[in-house]
Amino acid sequence: MCALAHVFEAHGLATVALVAVRPVAERMHPPRALYGEFPLGRPLGVPGDAAFQHDVLRRAFALLERPEGPVLEDHPEVIEFSETPLACSLPPRYDPDVPEAVDEARALRDAYERSRAARDGRTSVGRVAEAAAVPDLVAAFVAIAEGTPWDQAGLPGDPISAAHDVRTYYEEAALDLVDVSPDPGAAEAWFYESTAGGRAVLAARKAMQDAGVPFAFWFYMARATR
Amino acid sequence: MSADSDIRAWAAGLPAPEFDTTAWTTPPPLAGATVAIVTTAALHRRDDEPFGPFDVGYRVIDRTDRDLVLGHWSPNFDREGFALDLDVVFPIDRLEELAADGTIGAVAPHHLAFAGNQDDTVTKVRLDTAPKAAQQLRHDGVDVVLLTPV
Repeated sequence: MCALAHVFEAHGLATVALVAVRPVAERMHPPRALYGEFPLGRPLGVPGDAAFQHDVLRRAFALLERPEGPVLEDHPEVIEFSETPLACSLPPRYDPDVPEAVDEARALRDAYERSRAARDGRTSVGRVAEAAAVPDLVAAFVAIAEGTPWDQAGLPGDPISAAHDVRTYYEEAALDLVDVSPDPGAAEAWFYESTAGGRAVLAARKAMQDAGVPFAFWFYMARATR
Repeated sequence: MSADSDIRAWAAGLPAPEFDTTAWTTPPPLAGATVAIVTTAALHRRDDEPFGPFDVGYRVIDRTDRDLVLGHWSPNFDREGFALDLDVVFPIDRLEELAADGTIGAVAPHHLAFAGNQDDTVTKVRLDTAPKAAQQLRHDGVDVVLLTPV
């Protein structure tokens, strides 16, 4: 993003960047940057809080009045958050003939659809599979975890994109199952730690690592810190 | 926020392209400026081509588009914020409000999305796709670009 600032500025566009990693902005010195110590993935700070978002924009646009640069300033607020898994109910076992994770993914479908409808249809599921096929992705991850080579498990695309679709399906479903706006770490922790689907993705990732599959095929199936 | 702290420390250590100088364009007064958002969150419209890994291209987002997909390949950031509120990544409604109250001159007709996960030198972005994007923005009369990451 800092590289874009340099190129745009050289082409006659004035830029101001909201930056998420301060040392990178220090090294790359874009013309005008505002660092916000906000949860990664939330550069405007707080979802659903127009006043907070306007405060970020006001401070960013104020940098356009500086006569020279580069200028890097900090937003005064630091947003702390919990990584305690979201307290979110999970469905009871329904079909004992399929793995627990597949049963669970199927049962979350209605919650996912309600959540999507509440956002006028907006969803980030669909990189390799639509919601109806997410239980099949989960079944493939269970098979990989149990020893099936990843490229013979029936995934319709690469495992990183499939893991994205599963995680996003669960996290969007969770928005329908809780009444609070989840802390940034909470939904991710809930998916990987509390759900059978998340555990299946992590187990598949570990099995791929143990089988000597190249790093690029499994590492980004979950946060670098997992 | 330990997971984010670890990710920030890791990201801070990644190689980054070097620039000897900082290019500088003096903008017109904000109240007369046309503003565009350029995000590196790999957002795209549902029927656009999805971003591939290390995709050096960009996607165009119309001013009125709201049905956007988060197509970024990195799992190292929160997705719930974007699911809850598009504006926490792509503050298009905030820009419309700023145009309505006269703080900015106008909202650009088109906005752009790149993928933030790139190779270490971002050579093709610097030499090819970003200059093309800049020309497109200038063609739309854009004066100021707000850059947002995830």
